[in-house]
Amino acid sequence: MSARRLDLEASLSLEAFQLEANLKLTLEGVTALFGPNGSGKSTLLRLIAGLEKAKRASIRYDEALWADSARGIHLPTHRRPVGLVFQDARLFEHLDVAGNLRYADRRSRKNGGAITWDGVIQALDLGQLLNRRVTGLSGGERQRVALGRTILTRPKLLLLDEPLSALDISRKADILPYLGSAPRQFGIPTIFVSHAVDEVVQIADRMIVLAEGRVQAVGSVAEVLERSDLQGFTGRFEAGSLLEAVVTRQDEEFRLTELSFAGQTITMPMVSFLSVGEAVRLRIRARDVALAKGRPQGLSIRNILEGEIAEISVEAGTAFAEVLIDLGGSRLRARITRASVADLDLKVGEQVFALVKSTTFDRRAISRRQ
Amino acid sequence: MPDLAPLWLTLHLALVTTLLLLVAGTPLAWWLAHTRSRIKPLIEAVTALPLVLPPTVMGFYLLVLLSPNSWVGSFWVTVTGETLTFSFSGLVVASFFYSLPFMVQPLQGAFQAIGSRPLEAAASLRASPLDAFLTVAVPLAGRGFLVASVLTFAHTIGEFGVVLMVGGNIPGETRVIAIDIYEKVETLQYGEAHLLSAGLLIFSFAVLVLVYAVNRRGAGHVR
Repeated sequence: MSARRLDLEASLSLEAFQLEANLKLTLEGVTALFGPNGSGKSTLLRLIAGLEKAKRASIRYDEALWADSARGIHLPTHRRPVGLVFQDARLFEHLDVAGNLRYADRRSRKNGGAITWDGVIQALDLGQLLNRRVTGLSGGERQRVALGRTILTRPKLLLLDEPLSALDISRKADILPYLGSAPRQFGIPTIFVSHAVDEVVQIADRMIVLAEGRVQAVGSVAEVLERSDLQGFTGRFEAGSLLEAVVTRQDEEFRLTELSFAGQTITMPMVSFLSVGEAVRLRIRARDVALAKGRPQGLSIRNILEGEIAEISVEAGTAFAEVLIDLGGSRLRARITRASVADLDLKVGEQVFALVKSTTFDRRAISRRQ
Repeated sequence: MPDLAPLWLTLHLALVTTLLLLVAGTPLAWWLAHTRSRIKPLIEAVTALPLVLPPTVMGFYLLVLLSPNSWVGSFWVTVTGETLTFSFSGLVVASFFYSLPFMVQPLQGAFQAIGSRPLEAAASLRASPLDAFLTVAVPLAGRGFLVASVLTFAHTIGEFGVVLMVGGNIPGETRVIAIDIYEKVETLQYGEAHLLSAGLLIFSFAVLVLVYAVNRRGAGHVR
């Protein structure tokens, strides 16, 4: 997949809401646009798609100029090579599923490329749905059709506007893998709007944090989630760390999956869809990590990771402190009491052992790395 | 056997008027449904005027406007060689204005109910605004088109005052059913007046039942 550049500068006011965005991005794979509700994520996406007009805006995608308010340029939506999947799917109710897909395909077939009708039907498992009426589809099916329809416009940039927000947890789990894999399979750089860290962790490589109408941070998902100065935005959801690991063993007898990273081993309850050798990303919540100064013996906890304390931040006025442990490149965040920090006399640079209970991982903590 | 000429003339007039209003009323209804212009209330009021004005008032002004002494009327005489007043063409023009709200208001309502969401979706799928209008808005507003056309057709059939003012009572040219009934009553042919009146009554009732039945179906559009 080739990387694309998006340069965007915009200021927009809608009633009481003010958006000031200034982004210079290299887009490759899936980039999450993350922020709390009402932070301006959808507005920013609509601006990129051309559905919203800002009083001051300049948007450039690779060599193409999409908007420049100073010169009075505003390329209308239907002429921007952007695909947008709406929160509410917006399938056409006067057409069946095949009709909806054909609507997009017919208008973009001449753009050719690697995207074909059959390829999209197959990638999103739409074959069974083709003759169904749109009104009879479940929420997850609607979003799959909407995603397929959008990919059939052969976009150079794919925008997903919280396509999971209307779905319950089990439906989300059904469609998340498609959202993660389709953009990569068809080689379309994607911006994925979400306010849920677990979704971001599962499908995005990089993330943009948007809050209070401003861009707060841009970087790799692991990097951004680790930054303590952003916890005000990301930490409303559980603080935690992301580890990139490789599956080394599937233990059928004890139903465990063994992962390895930086020479250390982690076991978790078996995730059967993974195969040995596959690269995965694992999220560990800070509060699930305990620390010990010496290697503990006779414990039920199976995951004991050795590392060096990189940072200790005490949360004034609370019982807690956060300790960042360097595990040979990746960092693990532990949330323990200030009293423990004092009792164990923890200091930056010291060797410690981090303990993580295997049972704290669940299927949602892990995702494939494409 | 009663003279059927007024019936055919009436149907002819209603059909032509409905077709003309479909062509002209659709863009107007579309504009009213989507504009944020400050003159929108003004245009809406003008469109709704025929609903509240006495037909004689409209008929009077149309008579003045269409007469060969006005520039509109004299222009028509120069181009076609006949006058707009007391002619079938004049009736079409009068019916067009008189039935305008019956076409525009249901269409405007249907377009507003669709909203901008499906159109944004169409734009994101590379459909130009005209393309999106024809392939998304029109099919989704199918029910609105049906209701608007039926109401316009029926209303034109029942029109009396404006026709009398602008068209008079010329057999085969401007004597529509409503005028014919008036004529029959004036000449004390009550039997024939009954027949025609009952016909119009049943027709109007059937049309309204159809409109309300379509409206009750609620969901979106005509399949």
